[in-house]
Amino acid sequence: MNRIVVGAHYGLKDWLAQRVTAVVMALYTLLMLVAVPMASGYDGWRALMSHGFIRFATFVFIISLCYHAWVGVRDIWMDYVKSAAVRLVLHVATLLVLVGNAGWATQIIWRL
Amino acid sequence: MSELRKQRPKFLNLAEIRLPLPGFASILHRISGAGLFLMLPLLIWLLQLSLGSAESFETLKAVTGNPLVKLILFGLLWAFLHHFCMGIRILLIDIHVGVEKQAARASAKAVLAVSLALTVVLGGKLFGVY
Repeated sequence: MNRIVVGAHYGLKDWLAQRVTAVVMALYTLLMLVAVPMASGYDGWRALMSHGFIRFATFVFIISLCYHAWVGVRDIWMDYVKSAAVRLVLHVATLLVLVGNAGWATQIIWRL
Repeated sequence: MSELRKQRPKFLNLAEIRLPLPGFASILHRISGAGLFLMLPLLIWLLQLSLGSAESFETLKAVTGNPLVKLILFGLLWAFLHHFCMGIRILLIDIHVGVEKQAARASAKAVLAVSLALTVVLGGKLFGVY
């Protein structure tokens, strides 16, 4: 059988997710642009990041970033890597790196 | 007739491609995104140092005081700002703002200029100019 290995049916969903996660991250950036200059030194920074709402927002930011990066980096592999086998390996590696990064970043803010 | 036939397959020579300005801003959006993705572990490590303890906060200051780290952070600062500005341009085009050729060229130019200007201003803070 000679099938072309490409995905299907996730285009619109990912296009929309890319926009939604972008807006979430932009709003978080604006929030931190206001909040961070108000915190001074280690104690102030730690107090800010352990605040309930900021922690919630940071977690949503982390998840948004990883989903956004997944769609973006996967698009790069799809555009330039012609071998389906290599592409599969790169897709899986990208996913593992992003899931690991998300867990790492989350435990940093959650143990405060 | 045969000399009129096009050479196939056609291979693109990346060094010969001259992108129009919006195309240039667009490929930089991709490059900056890839750079931010690759440097995520560094950024998360810096976050960890900043929040771990008073001692690790001092380590953070020492690490970010290193000229090479400063240079990487300066690059990432540009990458973030360009990606941010270009992202807003893309969102605006999605809602049909600035779709026409002239407006699209102008907004691409604005993205390049604003992100570079902000990089210089905020980078000055990074390098302790003020």
